[in-house]
Amino acid sequence: MSLHLEVGPPREGSRAGSGPARQHGRPDRSPRAWLSRFDLLLSPYFYIAPFFVLFAIFGAYPLGYTLWVSLHDWDLLAEEQPFVGLDNYTRLLGDADFWNSVVNTLGIFALSTVPQLLLALWLAHLLNRRLRARTLFRMGVLIPNITSTAAVAIVFGQLFSREFGMINWLLDLVGVDGIDWKASKLTAWIAVSTMVDWRWTGYNALIFLAAMQAIPRDLYEAAAIDGARQARQFWSITVPLLKPTIIFCVIVSTIGGLQLFTEPLLFNSGTNPIRGGPMRESQTMTMYMFENAFAPNFNFGYGSAVAWMLFALIVVVALINVLIIRRLGNDPGGRQ
Amino acid sequence: MTILQMRGRARAGASGHLWGASRLTYAALAATAVLSVFPIYWMFVVATRSSDAMGQVPPPVTPGGNFPANLDRLLGNADAHFMTGMLNSAIVAGAVTVSVVFFSSLAGFAFAKLRFRGRNALLLVIIATMMVPTQLGVIPLYMLMSELNWNDHLQAVIIPFLVTGFGVFMMRQYASQAVSNELIEAARIDGCSTLRIYWNVVLPALRPAAAVLGLLTFMTTWNDFLWPYAVLNDPENPTVQLSLRALSNGYYQDMSQIFTGTAIATLPLLLVFIVFGRQIIGGIMEGAVKA
Repeated sequence: MSLHLEVGPPREGSRAGSGPARQHGRPDRSPRAWLSRFDLLLSPYFYIAPFFVLFAIFGAYPLGYTLWVSLHDWDLLAEEQPFVGLDNYTRLLGDADFWNSVVNTLGIFALSTVPQLLLALWLAHLLNRRLRARTLFRMGVLIPNITSTAAVAIVFGQLFSREFGMINWLLDLVGVDGIDWKASKLTAWIAVSTMVDWRWTGYNALIFLAAMQAIPRDLYEAAAIDGARQARQFWSITVPLLKPTIIFCVIVSTIGGLQLFTEPLLFNSGTNPIRGGPMRESQTMTMYMFENAFAPNFNFGYGSAVAWMLFALIVVVALINVLIIRRLGNDPGGRQ
Repeated sequence: MTILQMRGRARAGASGHLWGASRLTYAALAATAVLSVFPIYWMFVVATRSSDAMGQVPPPVTPGGNFPANLDRLLGNADAHFMTGMLNSAIVAGAVTVSVVFFSSLAGFAFAKLRFRGRNALLLVIIATMMVPTQLGVIPLYMLMSELNWNDHLQAVIIPFLVTGFGVFMMRQYASQAVSNELIEAARIDGCSTLRIYWNVVLPALRPAAAVLGLLTFMTTWNDFLWPYAVLNDPENPTVQLSLRALSNGYYQDMSQIFTGTAIATLPLLLVFIVFGRQIIGGIMEGAVKA
């Protein structure tokens, strides 16, 4: 790389670029030397400060303050917000609609994440071959990820519609009666999970593919010499070595999947969206939080309690998932 | 020539050891690609058809000629404020992208190339913040915005996202391999201040990664729904995703009009993806190996 250092007119703030600060190795007490010492010792903190300031104000503080709000009877319209301790939480534990949203969240999460990651693993395995038009295939699997969740939910809401939906039409071709996808929990879960999977499978496949390409080739050659077939190589070499990446994807999917909001909201457009359908068939916990904190209830305290229960659930589910994956991954290694 | 591309070359050279692709592989990948593309394609089909096309059996699979009429109805829709939505989204995504790229590369450069006390600990904090579901703080964030009188104003969906932990981490990873220490030392001896070094030496070297970060940030911001939905309650000042929601939430659903909206809202990202798809894929995969 040949980069010629041209000292052009300073384009940045005058503090830094007013001229070269010369150092001759001797302690120099002139303002210019002071400036240059400041530049070396302290300026890095100014460069990284924007992130920390922003995160403190708009990330950490709101999340922590949610806990404080959840301990109050905090109604938007009320004059006072009395401290009520764990009242909101005890009410939540006896709230059937809340538990319904927990079941929906976990159900949709399981239905979407498990097939999604397995499919992604298989797709990555296919993409990790000597392929013609490699980039084209990779773009093909990633393209759903660029569409917005709102657009995905609208299009799939139509594909899954009872009367004129293409999926019911296809089912009809193979002799299955049209399904009213919004009418029961399980079918609504399947529809919402399909949207999530369509948007995220290819993305995860590319992450797995990247990790697969980092596996040294000689491992496979050695295995091939030892007579291991492709399937055996996949389960005994690829999958165990992919374990850190799989854990990473599982954690990210857990954090994202349990906060699911947009897809079920727009899937139920026109039929009481924030409740996830007339009988709350697909209301997730984030939707329940919104229903309570914003329109129509405007109870910030109760909504915040939902938020913290969801936070706790995310931590628990992520930990359980990591433990399961650890154990699964250990098996093939143990057999070797 | 970027490191990313050089790696790609090296891999292609070593591909003699890769498993071959059978016809079955191609068939499976082609089927996946079709399933991936079809809903988007179908969006454009419906957007160019008249409303009664939805009831046809079998469903139409080729574009029609009704796009101008659909567009007319879409722009005239009193609930959606579609043009405002498109414009707002362009402003928001543009501002966030420029800012994220600038502040992330500045911080990433500091973490990769400058020595200061607490550097590694602070970097760990940044990585940890990427795992925090800050979306759950939406209620106090909403209260904060009310306090600032930012509700219904675009700064409410711009300011909180001006720099991201992901961006800082990504630029840090790239800067530590793409910028040589000797170059920075040389610039320092020539009398460059740190900020000048960033601007004249580091930023040019970071350009490929900065471009990818910019593309990813633009897409994420353009597509964001939950926070705008919470804080932008004025139906006359939506982002484009909120316009889509308003379109689809009516009791009478004019599907060709709604799909015209989703198609137009997707088109900018689709074009970006077609032109820069290779770089975006490279960025995602490169980030994965590091993480």
